[in-house]
Amino acid sequence: MEIVVCVRRVRDGAEPGRSAIGPLERHALEEALRLKERFGGRVTALTMGSPPAGRALEEALAAGADRAVFLCDARFAGADTLATARTLYYGIRRLGPCDLVLCGNESATGATGQVGPQLAEFLGVPCVTHVRRLEAPAPDRLLAERALEHGHMKVEVRLPALVAVVKGINTPRLPTVWGIMAAAEKGITVWNAEDLGLDPHLVGLEGSPTRLVRERKTEFARRKEIFSGPPEEAVKKAVARLKELGVL
Amino acid sequence: MSVARDDGKFCQPTGAGNRIAFRRQNSPSELWVWAEQRRGRLLPVSLELLGKARELAPALGAVPAAVLLGQGVEEAAGELFAHGAEKVYLVDHPLLRLYQSDAYADLLARLAGERGPEVILLGATTLGRELAARVAARLGTGLTAHCVDLYVNEEGRLVQVVPGLGRGTLWEYVCLRNPQMATVKPGVFPVPKGDPGRRGELVRVPCDVREESLRARTLEMAEEEPAGVSLEAAEVVVAGGWGLHAAGGFEPVRELARLLGAAVGGTRPAVDRGWIPEELMIGQSGKTVSPRLFVSLGASGAMHFTTGFLGSGVIFAVDQNPGAPIFEVADVGIVGDLRAVLPLLIEELRKRGIHPPPPN
Repeated sequence: MEIVVCVRRVRDGAEPGRSAIGPLERHALEEALRLKERFGGRVTALTMGSPPAGRALEEALAAGADRAVFLCDARFAGADTLATARTLYYGIRRLGPCDLVLCGNESATGATGQVGPQLAEFLGVPCVTHVRRLEAPAPDRLLAERALEHGHMKVEVRLPALVAVVKGINTPRLPTVWGIMAAAEKGITVWNAEDLGLDPHLVGLEGSPTRLVRERKTEFARRKEIFSGPPEEAVKKAVARLKELGVL
Repeated sequence: MSVARDDGKFCQPTGAGNRIAFRRQNSPSELWVWAEQRRGRLLPVSLELLGKARELAPALGAVPAAVLLGQGVEEAAGELFAHGAEKVYLVDHPLLRLYQSDAYADLLARLAGERGPEVILLGATTLGRELAARVAARLGTGLTAHCVDLYVNEEGRLVQVVPGLGRGTLWEYVCLRNPQMATVKPGVFPVPKGDPGRRGELVRVPCDVREESLRARTLEMAEEEPAGVSLEAAEVVVAGGWGLHAAGGFEPVRELARLLGAAVGGTRPAVDRGWIPEELMIGQSGKTVSPRLFVSLGASGAMHFTTGFLGSGVIFAVDQNPGAPIFEVADVGIVGDLRAVLPLLIEELRKRGIHPPPPN
């Protein structure tokens, strides 16, 4: 099974030793590795971004991905979800035929959840999002449990397809020392717009139909009565105030 | 392994967006709302969107219309008229009984290609976000997610307001192409008052979808009632964030919730740490709540989180960082070491005789 996993770097540093790969993409990668273990094939990690994003690929290789491809070009900057999906599509096209694209249901920052289904449209394949359980009764067919607000749907999908996963689908493995050593030998392929045969007008900000036109601050008309100092006093004052406001 | 690899589908050089030529009609333009239904019942967000659509329609010079896909759902069309739709496109077919992503996306995109609506709004639900993204890609147009407000600017374009990164920041987007598409968080606009006497034009759209054409097939849908007090309906909500790791975890939130008879929720980091399931996440990509009292423990107050509870009656926040943005949206707050403050807070509430309400 030829599998591509879209990974995205998260801003790291908040927690020491924190993964460079977004939380949901780690689940997508784990799911890809499990399918490969069962059916054979190859797992390719794919990302688009500025140079630090390469860290996510190093980590994917250490976890067991066979190949890593980095779509890196200053002209990709400022892309909205449509331009991002288009760029990823050209990357996958250059990689050659594949059976399954796995991605996280939404990024940890934008959280739009749009890139997956948009990428599926570019690829011309079906997609299932919000997948919390995935079974493969046959190598050309998947059975997915897709979460709803309160409940779920069972969806059967023929490959090739795109599947976007949510938390809880699996427990991602940790990279091993061997994995990290092997990763250094695998290397990362870097492609820019020309490598992809992609018209630079169709990527980045220029290729994005949405425009950020204004940033504004909201004013919150809240009381902002903040108590500090010795905890005993602060707690007493705060609870007394909440009582006065009639909510306790 | 030979797997459906040579059918060429995957690697055709046809980009989405080229497939459906978008055409603008001479007749008055329309502002569409996808009327999402489950088992024939409309979701409240669809009515919320119709209320907003009615409000925006004059400035856009457009007519509010709804698109209703399903099986045996004609009755719901009446409800859509009552809540502001002047036109309802109805596609009624046995294969549309459950949400079928291929068929729903095909039908909505094709209909939009033919009719040329100015705007398409969908609820930012688990299904709405998927459908919106597929249709937008097929039409080659832009899409914003989780809007918290919409208005029409001087140029007559739809301004889509989404929570930005950073404290109290909102980002306003416009879409350069038509249709201008957005998904809107459930619960941010009120459900308009329905007028059962209102009628509109019902347009029956023929549907030629065949079972073989469904590459992804929804086999069944199971709905689960949420356990315990539901977040959206709760009078009091206690939510926790990443800062609780310093206090040994999420337990203080649960204890306080028991004490106050409250529902439990949390931030994205709380979900990522495995403290709470995804469906209890509050914020931009989670639930929107507006309880009488909202209590936030150990959350710094990123805009992605605060968006989910700004409509609450009173907001009470506890965090150790005095500069945390959570205190800018709080009515009452305590700055202090969570390990010291939380046990004292629980103790103080017990002492003051606050007990959970008796079970019904």
